[in-house]
Amino acid sequence: MSAYYTGNDHYVLLPALLLALFGCAALLFDFCDPPGARRRRWALFIVVLGELFTGAALFRQQTFLMANGGALTAFHGALVIDHFALFFHWIFLATTLIVALMSYRFFELKDESHGEYYGLIMLAQCGMYFLASGTELVSIFIGLETMAITFYVLVGFLRTELRSNEAALKYLLLGAMSSGFLAYGFSLLYGLAGSTRLADIATAVAARGAWDPFVLLAVATTGVGLLFKISAAPFHMWAPDAYEGAPTVVTAFLAVGSKAASFALLTRILMGPLGPAREAWMPLLIAASLLSMTFGNLAAVTQTNTKRLLAYSGINHAGYMLLGLVAGNATGIQGVLVYLLVYAFMNLGVFLVLASLSRQGLAGDDINDLHGLMKRAPGHALFMLLFLVSLAGIPPAAGFWGKYYIFLALIETGHTTLALVGALYVAVSVFYYFRLIKAVFIESSEGDVPALATSFGTRVALGLSGAATLVIGIYPEPFLRLAQLSISR
Amino acid sequence: MTMPQHLLSIILFTPLAGLAILLFIPSSQRTLIRWWANIAAGVGFLVSLPLILNFNKALDGPQFVERMDWIPSLGVQYLIGVDGISVLMVMLTTVMGFIAIFSSWDAIKEREKEYYAMFLLQQTGMIGVFISLDFMLFYVFWELVLVPMYFIIGVWGGPRKLYAAMKFFLYTLAGGVLMLLGILTLYFQHLSQFGRPTFEIAELMKLNMPLGVQQWVFWAFFIGFAIKVPMFPFHTWLPDAHTEAPTAGSVILAAVLLKMGTYGFIRFSLPLLPQASSDRTIVTILAVLSIIGILYGALVSLVQQDWKKLVAYSSVSHLGFCTLGIFALNKAGISGSILQQINHGISTGMLFLIVGVIYERRHTREIKEYGGLAHVMPNYAVVFAIAMLSSAGLPLLNGFVGEFTILQGAFDANRVWAAFAVLGIIFGAAYLLWLYQRTMLGEVTNEKNKGLPDLKWREWAMFIPLMLWAVAIGVYPKPYFDILEKPVARIVERVHAPAVAAAPAVKSLEAVSR
Repeated sequence: MSAYYTGNDHYVLLPALLLALFGCAALLFDFCDPPGARRRRWALFIVVLGELFTGAALFRQQTFLMANGGALTAFHGALVIDHFALFFHWIFLATTLIVALMSYRFFELKDESHGEYYGLIMLAQCGMYFLASGTELVSIFIGLETMAITFYVLVGFLRTELRSNEAALKYLLLGAMSSGFLAYGFSLLYGLAGSTRLADIATAVAARGAWDPFVLLAVATTGVGLLFKISAAPFHMWAPDAYEGAPTVVTAFLAVGSKAASFALLTRILMGPLGPAREAWMPLLIAASLLSMTFGNLAAVTQTNTKRLLAYSGINHAGYMLLGLVAGNATGIQGVLVYLLVYAFMNLGVFLVLASLSRQGLAGDDINDLHGLMKRAPGHALFMLLFLVSLAGIPPAAGFWGKYYIFLALIETGHTTLALVGALYVAVSVFYYFRLIKAVFIESSEGDVPALATSFGTRVALGLSGAATLVIGIYPEPFLRLAQLSISR
Repeated sequence: MTMPQHLLSIILFTPLAGLAILLFIPSSQRTLIRWWANIAAGVGFLVSLPLILNFNKALDGPQFVERMDWIPSLGVQYLIGVDGISVLMVMLTTVMGFIAIFSSWDAIKEREKEYYAMFLLQQTGMIGVFISLDFMLFYVFWELVLVPMYFIIGVWGGPRKLYAAMKFFLYTLAGGVLMLLGILTLYFQHLSQFGRPTFEIAELMKLNMPLGVQQWVFWAFFIGFAIKVPMFPFHTWLPDAHTEAPTAGSVILAAVLLKMGTYGFIRFSLPLLPQASSDRTIVTILAVLSIIGILYGALVSLVQQDWKKLVAYSSVSHLGFCTLGIFALNKAGISGSILQQINHGISTGMLFLIVGVIYERRHTREIKEYGGLAHVMPNYAVVFAIAMLSSAGLPLLNGFVGEFTILQGAFDANRVWAAFAVLGIIFGAAYLLWLYQRTMLGEVTNEKNKGLPDLKWREWAMFIPLMLWAVAIGVYPKPYFDILEKPVARIVERVHAPAVAAAPAVKSLEAVSR
């Protein structure tokens, strides 16, 4: 260990290192073995093993923080491990693991057997690591691009499917544009502070005040870039197309992982360096949130494609989470964290069920494909009910607690009107979630329907997300504690 | 007799335990499923008996209290207990739940397992609503009830079931979420005044809030409860839901689910927001809406062609009496209202069962299809007569006692209200008697009605307890008023207590957060 790479640095960086190493191992594994079932199995094994090691490293960090409190910084303040970051790292870990488990059978049926897929999702998780832990613009940007580029590839992973290709191209073009905005915003922030560290930028922004033209410009460009990434309206146009075209398992990863990571970054930047410019970004955020809830809800009502419907529902959820940032107090931030946690499990769960409907040459993403699921696969149907009820925010499913915090935070900060609007949109969202429930439980299927694609892995993944949704719903205490820790500085 | 320690929890979770075992019975074992569901519901009723037998009406405050931390960081507790009001509601729930499940024996011929599972889940939800002493716990049960009812209407309902189920769900959910905002406001007010997070109702009652905040919370609660009751103009979901629901669904909906709304007014709006609830404007608005509900419901019932829809609209009218009694804000009004809620559960429950009996035989509910049924089904006609008269408020039957007491209360509060309400009773007698005349009396005009079988023993079994209960309340209502005495007196006292002069400067919502 040298002065440039201390033990402390290593300790902080270790999970990301492990992810990168195991990711590359999975990539390289493609050369060792001919395509086929064996290769797929080994690739999955590498992912699970890698996540175990990463989990162990995260666990060590967690116990250290629990015992000593505070935060661990590394690389001269470029990276930080605090409870906030750890909270997100656990979400990323669970998400990647569940996605890996559900992908196995999915790609087997599509006759795709690429170890590179498993490598890519681990590299994406590595990028997310820097988004949640980065406290310096360059590391953040590199993490963001690592994540974004792997996602461009993943969305177009089914090379032979036209829809997948189209989705990848759209996502690439719009994503690149948003990265451009973000890079521009970052350069302005650097220009203001003369440093890329978030702490220095915070001082510089505070000195200039919220209404300084350069601060305003930086807020606007950074904001637009990040709103793109979390698919908030009016920067949501890419989401429905990308969601629909991407392989269902990738859609799940995109909807949950990418959104959580971008929210981690958004929260850190808005509450940190841009905190002093709160008055400037508040109207922007309120507008984005209201637009997201409106567009998301109204567009979702008319969708006939389940994945598009979920894309719009995701836009709507982004709107709710933004409300937590609008409130901006401890409850609000806690709300964003809890919301993202429960959103991860319930959304992954829905996509898991959708993925099991998919077949070679059959997308399985029309609402009609869900018809009669209760008769065909009662287990899947009941899980689906749990996830959808949770997405609708009805207790005792987990999704309720996310909304609970958001509403409480809005009431605490006196944003009663926003709370009312949010409450009424809950009723609207119930309409389309229950369209899916209706398809599953009340409609009956016509003609010959192929059996569900399940395997041991998908069942484990389904069980994990289902159990998490139910347990967090009924006994949220430990998870709320974790979220509480992450906002106490 | 020794009381089990966790009697309330046992009552609450018996249906859920029954549901858990039901899930392990294979769907093909139809008879076993039916038997098991009935046993579970029967046991659910039996375990609730010690509650009423051991209930001490001389005590003030909640009894059988159980307290456990649930989510300490939010201040949410598993806190349950019953007072005189909730004990009656719990009994109503366990009795009507059993009868509803029992009445489905022949009526439900597909997806039985899911059907009974939904009913048992709903039982737990409804009991939970009535025994929660923690507002968040209450809210969780409140929402829990929605999902089973959605399925009961949506899967086993009539031709327009999907529309009706969705409408029911959207209306009540929207109301529920607005109510949640009100709950959170109370919670936050308590947190800023006492520095301790709690949803415990007894704690929230210590709050001292300015009238403005109270009013906004009142309206938030109002939307939630009024949709559930339903009060005019939020009633439009009710006729659809009732008409499309299967018989047992209508029975539970009318007998218990609607009472959650009126119970909410009595348990939460009045004691937690005393100044807002006794505010002149608010009381007037609520009373006027109730009277509109009474008259409108009755008039619309008069012109219905559909037997079941007629009963559904009559509910709007009867529930109008209940809310009018509540907002008379005196002892007679409130205790009459609670008794009338029980009465409505019994008599309207019976009326829906009666529609169900004939529907199982003829598969139509058009009133003009019938006529002269008394010749073909004499026993049925007798049962219908008793149910109809109990609903119309004939003396010596239960409806009379409730309506009379409410009128007494309304009269004390405002004579004009009472005058309008009496008009409602007259209309009520009119549509019920006319219905009876059109369906039961005269000659049998429709060939298809000749040779309809009369009541089977199983149908007798579901009517007899309800008829006995109706007569018992009508002849000797004193035990009910005794049990209601203390809790109602407490509410009335609270509502009429003079507003605390010079309320401590409550920090405004904005001031606390910044």
